Amino acid sequence: MAALLIILGILALLIIIFIAIYNSFIVRRNRIDNSFSQIDVQLKRRSELIPKLLEVVKGYAKYERGLFKEITEARTAMLKASSIKEKASADANLSKGIKTLFAVAESYPNLKANQNFLALQEEISATENKIAYARQFYNDTVMEYNTMAERFPSSIIASTFSFKKREFFKAEESAKRDVKVSVPE
Amino acid sequence: MIYERIASNKRNSVLLAFLFFAIVAALGFALGALFQSGYMGVIIAVIISVTMISFSYFMGDQAVLAINRATPASKKEYPQLVNIVEGLSIASGLPKPKVYVIDDKSINAFATGRDPKHASIAVTTGALEKLNREELEGVVSHEMSHVKNYDVRFMTLVAILVGVVAILANIFLRSMWWSGPNRRDREGGNQIQIIFVLVGLVLAILAPLAAQLIKFAISRKREFLADAEGALLTRYPKGLANALRKIEKDSNILKDASPAMEHMYIANPFKKPNWFSNLFSTHPPIEERIKALESM
Repeated sequence: MAALLIILGILALLIIIFIAIYNSFIVRRNRIDNSFSQIDVQLKRRSELIPKLLEVVKGYAKYERGLFKEITEARTAMLKASSIKEKASADANLSKGIKTLFAVAESYPNLKANQNFLALQEEISATENKIAYARQFYNDTVMEYNTMAERFPSSIIASTFSFKKREFFKAEESAKRDVKVSVPE
Repeated sequence: MIYERIASNKRNSVLLAFLFFAIVAALGFALGALFQSGYMGVIIAVIISVTMISFSYFMGDQAVLAINRATPASKKEYPQLVNIVEGLSIASGLPKPKVYVIDDKSINAFATGRDPKHASIAVTTGALEKLNREELEGVVSHEMSHVKNYDVRFMTLVAILVGVVAILANIFLRSMWWSGPNRRDREGGNQIQIIFVLVGLVLAILAPLAAQLIKFAISRKREFLADAEGALLTRYPKGLANALRKIEKDSNILKDASPAMEHMYIANPFKKPNWFSNLFSTHPPIEERIKALESM
């Protein structure tokens, strides 16, 4: 009788542990999806802002055609990207292009005095920051989730219920090629 | 670790509420005895303390913001500040707190609210003028950490309840000077009454002292932790370190700062730099905080 009770007790404990781990996987998986949509929202916001920025800059810096083209291309690639890897590398390219554009803008005093440009610059820099933060939060949650999926004993539940490891939002090194800067004469 | 800190802040808030309840009830009992009105004192005290506790839990943040004359910051007027708060709320995975601005030349900031869903961050206009983006981001990340680990709940409760205890102790002492001796003359030295007077007197002295001790105990470690967690959010400890350095050099004093909420600001709003104040201050010395940030 006592032995039966002990066995029942152990069984109940195991079930409780199982439920806790399973639920924790679900919570983390949802958190990953949610934080990824945060990245998406900000990427979209930046994509909307870029044409406005180019419109303003074009009026002042006519000799930067090459740079405009590269940014526009990077933006199109961004909009087309579907997998996490594609999005990450498109994001890296676009960030680099925008950084170059702002660096180039330094040499156009009239452009730097334009209120419209300043407002857009703040808005885009802020969005860039938010993308970086959203990426950071996403990668942290993925890391937690992946660690849990690998670690014993939660790894057993991960493999039985196919909680697969998730991908980090990270650009591959090759994608981070330099954007050429043309110096105005 | 963060979950332990959240749990400890929630527990401390409940303990503080009970402590407040006990102190006010005891004061009420002593007062009632002094005026020989039986249990009326206790009953009134219970009503007052329950009202005050619920007020400071649900509306403490509003009171704290009003005391500081903080006004809501719109995105149109303060795009950088609002953008920074939005960015850091994404980084910490929390809902965006309400953003307020305090019209004051000094560099300071605080966070308040009862949980991350009902939180506000207030920054002085001096901070907006004198700090660059990275530094302001450091300051906001520090406040964001206070929100994340429920420091705001406990700190707001302390600010309101400690303020009330001080006021009550004051009222009690006055009522004793004015009506105590007269009564005693008439009754001809009632022993029980003298005991009550003594208990009341002890309470009136102990209450503000206890309140002050709570404030010391909670703040010093809390600031270091919020600095560290803020740095974890921005991944750039230098931003906050530089901001603290600017705060240290700045000589402006926050005009509307209230002593009861000294522990809520990112840096001591009264600026009294000597060894004595260090011993009894709610904030660790700024140099130590800068050192800790720079060694990260």
